[in-house]
Amino acid sequence: MQNITSYLAPRRMDEALRAMADGNATVLCGGTDLAPQTESGARPYKALLLNIRRLEGIGGIETTAAAVRIGSLTTISEIRRNAALATIAPVLVEAAEHFASDQIRNAASLGGNLCNASPAGDMSPPLLVLGASVELASWRDGAVQTRRMPLEQFFVSPGKTAKLPQELLTAVVFDRPATDFVGRFRKSGPRPALEISTVSLALGARFAAGKLSNVRVAMGSVAPTPLRARHVESALEGKKLDSATIAAAVAATAEDAKPIDDVRASAWYRGHLARVFVEEVLESVRGN
Amino acid sequence: MSVETEIRFKLNGSEVHLKVPVTMKVLQMLRDKLGMTGTKYACGEGECGACTIKVDGSTINSCLMYAVDCDGREIVTIEGLRSPEGLNPMQQAFVDHGAIQCGFCMPGMIMQADYLVESNTGLTREQAQRGLEGNLCRCTGYTKVLDAVASVVEKKKCHVR
Repeated sequence: MQNITSYLAPRRMDEALRAMADGNATVLCGGTDLAPQTESGARPYKALLLNIRRLEGIGGIETTAAAVRIGSLTTISEIRRNAALATIAPVLVEAAEHFASDQIRNAASLGGNLCNASPAGDMSPPLLVLGASVELASWRDGAVQTRRMPLEQFFVSPGKTAKLPQELLTAVVFDRPATDFVGRFRKSGPRPALEISTVSLALGARFAAGKLSNVRVAMGSVAPTPLRARHVESALEGKKLDSATIAAAVAATAEDAKPIDDVRASAWYRGHLARVFVEEVLESVRGN
Repeated sequence: MSVETEIRFKLNGSEVHLKVPVTMKVLQMLRDKLGMTGTKYACGEGECGACTIKVDGSTINSCLMYAVDCDGREIVTIEGLRSPEGLNPMQQAFVDHGAIQCGFCMPGMIMQADYLVESNTGLTREQAQRGLEGNLCRCTGYTKVLDAVASVVEKKKCHVR
């Protein structure tokens, strides 16, 4: 059994952060990614197995007039069923709806989904288009220190994030979207449930008087990390949403999507799907 | 040389107190430590739902849940659905509708179906279908399963009236 020497399930944040201050802890929450990864040997355990499920103060969804804060222990089911989010950020609820299966949604946490840093992580594209940041806490100089990082900078490579080993992701925060914010999410895989996305895509923008502004487009499974599609965004920013603009955005997709061939799909097919999704989400916004 | 820890939880209404290796999954604890083999081991990676149990009222894949995380929680397995009066309505409906072929996926199917009906009284057939997406039947007997679920939903409606 690997090299675990201790197990902790603390309730207090400072206790958890102190325990992981040497960077030698494996964080356990829902276990839906950790269990298969460790069972297959793809991921070794560190000395401390730290169960954060009982930590106080990092669960729950808070919404104010200005911002939304989702604690990292929040399950995907809680996001899916949250009435406030359904109004404020339906693009995130939509992605939760298409996340794995009921049983996995009931266990998997938002923090875990992000820290797993899969290029196909389902929560990443919607949070990227909502302009979300992550809060990272650690124990330093005898106190809890917290820093914020834009989610876009958080993903480094498959399975790797910019989070330091002694840091714990405690929350995801984003500004409350404007009233004219439109969001869309698309995901594709051979079956609707329990699918690792072949390609996923989210759009978030302000849409007023037929024009898009503050455009954010994010894609999953088209690169080593979930990413912002900057070329597609600039083809749309400030533009009237007409057929010519949509065609320009579709044409720009190949500049952003750099997929690979693997067991799930060919690079060609992924590139094709990304273009189809860009067109679909834009047509859907235009049709409303 | 695996680290162990003591846990206490409620299993089908009874208090359980035992020591488990910290990386052991709930499924192995149930089957190998507690001899409760109603919960099935099939894929072992959360894809098939055969190991579905309820934890604090919500269904999860017991092959992915760490046994240490049972501490302080309430677990219900297929063995716990039956009451002294007999089978639970979902179990009975599966029997009545012949919603069983080889039977291996059934404990998980019934746990998930029971959870769906409990958490949504007006469950539609489509919602049942979506809710059961995480449960695979290799005999492909889904139609009768959905019939069984629909019959329980109907009966519950009648009771409300």
